Amino acid sequence: MSTSERIQKLIDSNDIVLFMKGVPAAPQCGFSAAVAQILAKLDVPYESVNVLADPFIREGIKEFSNWPTIPQLYVKGEFVGGCDIVREMFQAGELATLLTDKGIKAPAS
Amino acid sequence: MAMAATDIERLIKESFPDAVVVIEDLAGDGDHYSARVTSQAFAGKSRVQQHQMVYSALKGQMGGVLHALALETSLPK
Repeated sequence: MSTSERIQKLIDSNDIVLFMKGVPAAPQCGFSAAVAQILAKLDVPYESVNVLADPFIREGIKEFSNWPTIPQLYVKGEFVGGCDIVREMFQAGELATLLTDKGIKAPAS
Repeated sequence: MAMAATDIERLIKESFPDAVVVIEDLAGDGDHYSARVTSQAFAGKSRVQQHQMVYSALKGQMGGVLHALALETSLPK
């Protein structure tokens, strides 16, 4: 399976996927930590992919999304954005709305 | 290796001549910046598309030389 097929499979088989550096319990970059924290606040389940553990995904995801940095958040197969966009959307309440619109239940809301 | 704030501003303005660009050196180390870019060019674009436009203006520096650029884009009020 090619890297882009692997990425496609990850985002097809999980409602929310966060490509990050490290794992949610121990992020290895401030930007990844910030997005993991936001998802924790929204209290939604998500799949996380540690790009540091997989050099193919680490490079492949940048090309796949046409996005140069990590973290990257996908919801229902759609690229939402990186840390800045996720933070901006969260603060405006748009991220919770997006999840609701996509049929993802956030117990916190 | 870091990048000077003036270089970031110059690259952005090359692609968006009308842009108002405000750059802050967040940590004072020439390596962690925030940039606020206001341009008419963002009209009708999604947030992701707006950021992608700025990233492409930075000609591949983003994610490489520029590890830490917090980006905020908006339309002129």
